[in-house]
Amino acid sequence: MLSYILRRIVATLPVMAIVALFVFSLLYIAPGDPAVVIAGDQASPEDVERIRQSLGLDRPFLIQFGSWVWRILHGDLGTSIFTNLPVSAMIGQRLGPTLSLMIVTLLLTIVVAVPLGVVAAWKAGSLIDRVIMGFAVFGFSLPVFVVGYMLAYIFALELEWLPVQGYTPLSSGFWPWLENLILPAVALGCVYIALVARITRAAMLEVLQQDYIRTAKAKGLGQGGILFIHALKNAAVPIVTVIGIGIALLIGGAVVTESVFAIPGLGRLTIDAILRRDYPVIQGIVLLFSFVYVLVNLMIDVVYTLVDPRIRY
Amino acid sequence: MSEELLRIDDLHVAFSTRRGMVEAVRGVTLTVKAGEMLGLVGESGSGKSVTGFATTRLLDAAGRVTGGKILFRGQDVTKLRGDELRQLQGAAMSMIFQNPRAALNPIRAIGLQIADAILTHKRISKEAARAEALDLLRAVQIRDPEQRMNAYPHELSGGMCQRVMIAIAISCNPALLIADEPTTGLDVTTQKVVMDLLADIAAARGMATILITHDLGLAARYCRRIAVMERGRIVEEASPSTLFSAPQHAYTRRLVAASPTATSRIEDLVTEEERERYPAIVSKPRQEPAHGTPPLLEVRKLAKRFDQGSAAVADFSMTMAGGESVGLVGESGSGKSTTSRMICRLIDPSEGDIVFDGQSIGHVASRDFHRSPLRKDIQMVFQDPNESLNPRFTAFDCIAHPLMRLDGMRAGEALRQRVVECAQRVGLPLDLLPRFPHQLSGGQKARVGIARAIACQPRLLVLDEPTAALDVSVQAVVLQLLDRLRRENDIALLFVSHDLNVVRMLCDRTIVLHNGGIVEQGESRALFDNPKTDYTRKLVEAIPHIETGPTLAAAL
Repeated sequence: MLSYILRRIVATLPVMAIVALFVFSLLYIAPGDPAVVIAGDQASPEDVERIRQSLGLDRPFLIQFGSWVWRILHGDLGTSIFTNLPVSAMIGQRLGPTLSLMIVTLLLTIVVAVPLGVVAAWKAGSLIDRVIMGFAVFGFSLPVFVVGYMLAYIFALELEWLPVQGYTPLSSGFWPWLENLILPAVALGCVYIALVARITRAAMLEVLQQDYIRTAKAKGLGQGGILFIHALKNAAVPIVTVIGIGIALLIGGAVVTESVFAIPGLGRLTIDAILRRDYPVIQGIVLLFSFVYVLVNLMIDVVYTLVDPRIRY
Repeated sequence: MSEELLRIDDLHVAFSTRRGMVEAVRGVTLTVKAGEMLGLVGESGSGKSVTGFATTRLLDAAGRVTGGKILFRGQDVTKLRGDELRQLQGAAMSMIFQNPRAALNPIRAIGLQIADAILTHKRISKEAARAEALDLLRAVQIRDPEQRMNAYPHELSGGMCQRVMIAIAISCNPALLIADEPTTGLDVTTQKVVMDLLADIAAARGMATILITHDLGLAARYCRRIAVMERGRIVEEASPSTLFSAPQHAYTRRLVAASPTATSRIEDLVTEEERERYPAIVSKPRQEPAHGTPPLLEVRKLAKRFDQGSAAVADFSMTMAGGESVGLVGESGSGKSTTSRMICRLIDPSEGDIVFDGQSIGHVASRDFHRSPLRKDIQMVFQDPNESLNPRFTAFDCIAHPLMRLDGMRAGEALRQRVVECAQRVGLPLDLLPRFPHQLSGGQKARVGIARAIACQPRLLVLDEPTAALDVSVQAVVLQLLDRLRRENDIALLFVSHDLNVVRMLCDRTIVLHNGGIVEQGESRALFDNPKTDYTRKLVEAIPHIETGPTLAAAL
């Protein structure tokens, strides 16, 4: 098992290298001279030259890439052009809120979507099934910002149950922290819950038709034992896959959600960096998100082997 | 002799389908006494499995008991709900199924699956349940039970999986066990071992058993009483000897006739009154090829290894003359399908050569063989007609496709006529040609598969278990068809099968394979009547024979 994980980690290295190359090329893919792009519209030729020199843009591409990778491996993501702060420090400051939002959303999704999917599959064709799947289509079709503003209007402005926007760190207490995350997590989780519920239902329907479910009934097992012991684990592989893919969805969605709810997270940082053409910050964030995604994929592969003994490692 | 355990009284079961309610069981009445083994025999669609599922209350959601009673120890099973029902299922009454591997949860260790059943019905600790599960594995004679407790179904053979199923079924000492085709799909030798075990356990525990099967021979071997079902009704109920010596109902007579025995010939497989409906078999004796004619097929020292593993087939040599029929028999894993696929040039041999009609074809890569002019001379009929026909092709397309690919025919009147001609040769009604596979019966699909294979007038037909998925009466007709085609068109048949009775009837010569090598070969009848090796003898003895007493001989 351990050697399998190690082999998988080694296998992710080329992926990370390609991602790094792509992220680094961002600066060059953008039209025009990178130094001019970075310096902005009102810069003098001296400013441009100074930036060119400070970033080492006058040196050959591969050497620049090599030294960039070398610095990253030492934990140095560069310095923000706009704030002159180290990129790693800026990301570190903003990591907490985004991570909190993603974890709460992920937990909410699993706790809500999987049981909904199981119930829908169990009662396939019934009214309950149709209601659940109706909600799924609804959740799927609504953009995050629409859901976000609707939730904020109903639950924060009208009912005044929850704060409208903002973020409180976990260090100031669990409830203040959670209170601020509920609405954003629901807004962000809508699409995700819909997706996972649908996949859970489809996977469960397939499994419930298998012969071994009939065997479980023949043993006299109750409905709960059949659904959760025998069926759900067998249906787990597609569900886990979609939850993993959904984390990519979450990253994209977090950018929008953080703007709607004024959460000072990585999403907001990304937007600010893009608007300011702060390339080192953009590169740092994209690299981090890619790394997270590769890590998630690795975790999914490991979960597969835990769930299904037929998958060899 | 003993009290009545189960009484099914005028049972009706219906399924709701897109075309409305369909009655699968229409008035079944039968009784089972404590401790007896009853055979419930019939062909697919006769309602025998549905009767079993209705009794154990495992019908699909679409199925409903629409009438009648199922009294188990005087209690009407059809009226039970919730907890009452679960106390019965797996405890007083249990069931084992066809295809044991699919019937076990693939990702749960078998020890846990047995313990599940115990823990559902007994208030004992997990450790105690585990110990009981281990005892059960011993009872069903699984070797190294301690290690097997943690094994998963995919690590076990089909026969072992069925033993695990038996262990689950008997875990709470049921009074009634319903075995639904428990050995279909298993090798004859495994079938014998599993059935002997089941019979021993049932006898030792005084457990009543209903053996649901399509195999009359199997039921005759293990049951004192057999009920024959046809289209949802029980048409006859008698002891095996009465059933075979003096079948009363026309359907039983047809079933008895169609069941191949150690002595039956192809001509015997249909009853007298039916025989006239089939064109008289051209009984022209096969012309012996003139001396010195080169063989049609010569296989030299063929071997196949998969992924550096041990050889699936090794040192396989044979020859076949034009129009000859050769049987290839052996248990699963003996390499018979691999060999047939190499000869068909669907997979590449690792070593050796195949010479067809004087041309070496063993070294043509299988993926290029479709371009060879010999492709149309060697055709194949596959095992499962349900799986081997493209669901999006009509019967017509299916037969026309090889004609277009291999004979270069274009869509048009000439093609249509060739397809019609093929359909007529295999006895496929022409109005079925526009239908898709799911609209055809098993026998009709088998005919489409054969029509497709003979469309380009091949000289060698390789048949991989062509009748394994068919009912005996359909099998009888298909076998007659194949025999007729061979005689009429001089097609050589290489017949791969585990059913020795069928091979004996259809094939002039038989080759017995074991672990990838030939153990014995020779003229079919002589080989089966006097097997020279222990392996062949074991195979022959494992076939459930129908007792052909003097009364039967007199009846004929």
